[in-house]
Amino acid sequence: MSEELLRLEHLSIDYKVKGGYLSAVNDVNLSVHRGEILAVVGESGCGKSTIAHSIMNLLPGGNEEIEGKIIFKGDDLRTYSRRQMEAIRGKDIGMIFQNPLDSLNPVYKTGKQVEEAILLDGIDRVQAWNKVLDLYRDVKMPDAEVRANSFPHELSGGMRQRVMIAMMLSRNPELLIADEPTTALDVTIEAQILEIIKDLKKTYDTAIMLITHNFGLVAEVADKIAVMYAGEVIEYGDVYEIFEKPLHPYTTLLMKALPRKTKHEGRLQTIDGNVPRILDKKPGCRFANRCPYAMERCQSETPPEIYVSEEHKCRCFLMEEGKEADA
Amino acid sequence: MSAPMIEMKDVQKYFRVSKGLFKTSAEQVKAVDHITLSVEEGEIVGLVGESGSGKTTLARVLLSLTKMTGGEAVIDGVNLGKASHRDMDKLHREIAVVFQDPASNLNPRETVESSIMRPMIIHGVPRSKAKEKAKEVLEMVKMDLKYLDSFPHQLSGGQLQRIAIARALALSPKIMILDEPTSALDVSVQAQILNLLLDLQEQMHLTYIIITHDLNVIKYISDKIAVMYLGQLVEFGPADVVGNHPSHPYTKGLMDAAPILDPRDRGKEKEIMKGDPGSLIDLKSGCRFYARCRYATDECKDKDPDNVILAPGHQVACVHPLNIE
Repeated sequence: MSEELLRLEHLSIDYKVKGGYLSAVNDVNLSVHRGEILAVVGESGCGKSTIAHSIMNLLPGGNEEIEGKIIFKGDDLRTYSRRQMEAIRGKDIGMIFQNPLDSLNPVYKTGKQVEEAILLDGIDRVQAWNKVLDLYRDVKMPDAEVRANSFPHELSGGMRQRVMIAMMLSRNPELLIADEPTTALDVTIEAQILEIIKDLKKTYDTAIMLITHNFGLVAEVADKIAVMYAGEVIEYGDVYEIFEKPLHPYTTLLMKALPRKTKHEGRLQTIDGNVPRILDKKPGCRFANRCPYAMERCQSETPPEIYVSEEHKCRCFLMEEGKEADA
Repeated sequence: MSAPMIEMKDVQKYFRVSKGLFKTSAEQVKAVDHITLSVEEGEIVGLVGESGSGKTTLARVLLSLTKMTGGEAVIDGVNLGKASHRDMDKLHREIAVVFQDPASNLNPRETVESSIMRPMIIHGVPRSKAKEKAKEVLEMVKMDLKYLDSFPHQLSGGQLQRIAIARALALSPKIMILDEPTSALDVSVQAQILNLLLDLQEQMHLTYIIITHDLNVIKYISDKIAVMYLGQLVEFGPADVVGNHPSHPYTKGLMDAAPILDPRDRGKEKEIMKGDPGSLIDLKSGCRFYARCRYATDECKDKDPDNVILAPGHQVACVHPLNIE
């Protein structure tokens, strides 16, 4: 297997809120390898964006408590100083967000904003501008030269996301964190952006951590998938394996909730209840109250990560008992 | 066969482009351009297309939230352009709408009960009766009556969408227009809402027009699919034909762009469309999809494609429709 770039070890993040600590992320162990797309999926509020932001040290600061290690190429990023982190952001780890309009400066031409990142590497302006145009062509921006001289409001949503990708590409990071990169886009534009992301993996061997709630994206591009529920990774493994034979009851139910059939073939699976808000960690499985297979011990003991094969792990006692969720 | 529930003939909605405060230019935005479409009672029609294709404008025309600039639309026997006040009043009771973001469509300072009662009060239903009906519709959307006194901020996204649906049901409509009813929701909640919509439709024989950009949802729920591109209807027909064997190249491109829901489908060949739809202002003659179409010929450049009926109930506006034996 290729080289491991990022490893999260027992990562837990709690937010201090009125009345206690809100457990946003709990005991997450994940790794991303070169040339691999890891999709972190889950419903809103499951902690997936919190993980992404914690890697880049972009959490709001002040009211969160972080435990565990964020190891990037052998070094724990949590021990880095502010200046060391600044050097890593963009250059080693790039990030693109859901809404590119929030990340672009409205009063500068988009090309200039991409150039700014390149100038950091000490290249002269003429060369830098040419590189901008090259990058615009790399991300298949129509009329690269015109668009580089356009302001963000003059571009469509898809083009703005291309600018963000060009900006990220300009530093050629080894790890890319993409937080819902296509949520604001039309499906046709989404398909185009996904092509660029796939190319990126192929051409530069970039490791990509894709944060999304959209199982379509996962099925389309991911190699590995980590399913999150209420702050925990409840199942992790190869994307083909998990789509074909999910093991955790939550994953199993979710897969059946996807509209993969027509109404004539029956109703979709639903999951009763809501995602709990975990205030002050207690032992027990976080899915137990909604789980059709819940046993007594699920209420009082926290299920460990159980490896069912070398690369497939699942946080559920059913695995220990040798049973399967067969919803 | 009885008359269709909704019949549109050459419906147009053009907007003038403003040039500053007092001037309007001769340019027009043809948001909805000559749409001819009929929907039978009890049918679920999915309306799809990229953003800016005119889906929501068409819905607004049907809801008489905006006036048509041309054409004719007859809804349950009422002609939108010529109806009397009394007829329009009747129509407003018969046609209800549910919007995308339930949180922004419910008054944050009103309880669930008074939100649901509001449309009934406006339409002159006595308070006591409205109160009863509010309980009834809340049960129909499978919510506990204890939520009657809740405020929107106390509810989750899925619950809010249920309230919005309950409110739409308050006047016992015949037609519901659902504008992106599930796109703000998570997968498991989306499944709950889709099931609820299907249950309600079966119980009350409602007619739905569902607007969404989620093609997998549309394929799941619709009887028929209507595809719009730059203000025009390019294809309309049975869901499984339009969804799986489309005849318009644009429909094919759109369906190919739909995210697969199983990694084993990765090998399937896809035709990814290049570019984006472009502007609705000052469109040239000829097929609007010409520039992006891989099957385009010179004929398409000059000639406006006519609606071709391929099979009963399946129409397509293309010079060279695909998948024809």
